[in-house]
Amino acid sequence: MSAPDAGAAVPVAAVEFCGLTLAHPIVNGSGTFDALAARRAFGDELMREFPFAAYVSKTITLAPRAGNPPPRLWEAPAGLINSIGLPNKGLAGYLAEDLPALAALGIGARVPLITNVMGSSAEEIAQLLEACERRPEIAAVELNVSCPNVDTGLDIGADPGELERVLSAVRARTAKPLIVKLTPNTADVAACARGAERGGADAVSLINTLRAMALAPRGGARPWLGGRTGGLSGPAIRAVALAQVAAVAAAVQVPVVGMGGVQSATHARQLLDAGARLVAVGTESFRDPLAGARIARSLRAGARSEAAGHRAGSASV
Amino acid sequence: MSTAPAGRRQLTVTANERLGAYTVLRAADPDAPAPAPGQFAMLAAVERWGGGEDERPYLPRAFSVARFAAGEAHYLLEDVGPGTRRLCELRPGERMWALGPLGRGFALGAREPGRRPLLVGGGVGIAPLVILRDALTGSRQGGGGDRGGGPPVTVLLGFRDAARAEGAALLPGALIATDDGSVGHHGHVTELLAAELERDRRAAVCACGPAPMLEAVRALCQRARVPAQLALEAGMACGFGACYGCVVPTRGGGYLRVCVDGPVVDAELLDRVDEHAGAPA
Repeated sequence: MSAPDAGAAVPVAAVEFCGLTLAHPIVNGSGTFDALAARRAFGDELMREFPFAAYVSKTITLAPRAGNPPPRLWEAPAGLINSIGLPNKGLAGYLAEDLPALAALGIGARVPLITNVMGSSAEEIAQLLEACERRPEIAAVELNVSCPNVDTGLDIGADPGELERVLSAVRARTAKPLIVKLTPNTADVAACARGAERGGADAVSLINTLRAMALAPRGGARPWLGGRTGGLSGPAIRAVALAQVAAVAAAVQVPVVGMGGVQSATHARQLLDAGARLVAVGTESFRDPLAGARIARSLRAGARSEAAGHRAGSASV
Repeated sequence: MSTAPAGRRQLTVTANERLGAYTVLRAADPDAPAPAPGQFAMLAAVERWGGGEDERPYLPRAFSVARFAAGEAHYLLEDVGPGTRRLCELRPGERMWALGPLGRGFALGAREPGRRPLLVGGGVGIAPLVILRDALTGSRQGGGGDRGGGPPVTVLLGFRDAARAEGAALLPGALIATDDGSVGHHGHVTELLAAELERDRRAAVCACGPAPMLEAVRALCQRARVPAQLALEAGMACGFGACYGCVVPTRGGGYLRVCVDGPVVDAELLDRVDEHAGAPA
């Protein structure tokens, strides 16, 4: 899988990412793990081995959002189509209620907090970044650009020029690391990644869900999901993720957070080998809330045995 | 309510018993906290979960705990799609994943004094009423008596046909209705409920079943000013509040998550119970 040169081995322990030191390379995909709800369901045990080296919040918007009307889920072949619609309590509610509640769990101190935000104009994004800038609990900001710009009508993340213009306009509003969560629903994801880099992104993350649709079981041509279309995730998209992560990692200098259908350390390793610095676990956490911890442990064990194999190999030469 | 262990755990199936159209799947679960009546678990087979109809199942499936005794959990299953089919195939000695107990169950203490428990179940939705009646009556094995000295518990069950009505064996002494008239009252269980409320309105209703039944129960109880707790069903990806996929609209706007705000909710929280006929589970 990798060259027999232990110097090139993927890190087994701490990982440096945009000035943050993470205990291992596994984080969660935004919107796939709610630490506060999980703490209520699982009690203190959750925090004894928190599954992720950094916690990425659900997408926060300026105003509260109720989310899309149900139904919101459809089980696809080896995957899931969701049309959740980014329900959240809005920036003010997040800062006032969620940040203290997360801090009580050690998120923000023991586990770095990455806050994911989405705005539908440069001005909205600027406000979100400024608010994050003022909060020391927030280690980094991830910008969700999978939405239209209400000022231009263009999908911010789907057009390299638009992405660069929007980022250039807002970049100065925060000194914190800015990760741009790229959309895979575009003609050339590597070009979009370069646009993000030119606009000042400190890192890019991908892939977000692939636009998908399901028809009602007994409803003719009626779309099943309340939001008509949704996003496909899970093992069904793993091969697409690998291709897009490899293309983006080859196109930019900034670090890449790779994700898409990761269920095991083998899958995580493939994304790392394709050039990702970190790997996010998403839909797999729905099936197993401790998937992140399992994958991180297994990645570490695999790296150890690989290193031992290399040592044994060089000794025999 | 019980808090679940944080990870999914592997259980060994101890029994797979046919009960008419249903399957009672039992599994050793020695380390789990005892679930509250109405709590549920996310289940999946360890082997061959996937590769069925339409290359599914992929996600685990949510099931109310029907009974929990002597370190063994009982689940009532109906084969309606690739996930439930695979679980119904499991034989003693085979393994399955479980995450739970999850969610909010029935509020046993909140019953107004002087109101008798009135349990209403439909189809495979009778499952949580089994453990609920055990808790209300103090019965260990659900033998049908009120041996625990609790209040008298009336149970009304509705089924589509005779094969499904065999599920009533889990709740001996229940009044039964079937859609086709093959067993008991010919018609809906809500007709039995209307008659019960007509006879004596000092009742507190706990119901679980298909959405149209729950909606009829909700409307009847609202008219009769009888408190009702409804155990809802919704397609779920996770079962612990992460995905926000299982929402239902609440009275006055907004949504609640069935997995963490329910599955048992006060009927007054809802304007109506919507039909949920998704992909075969």
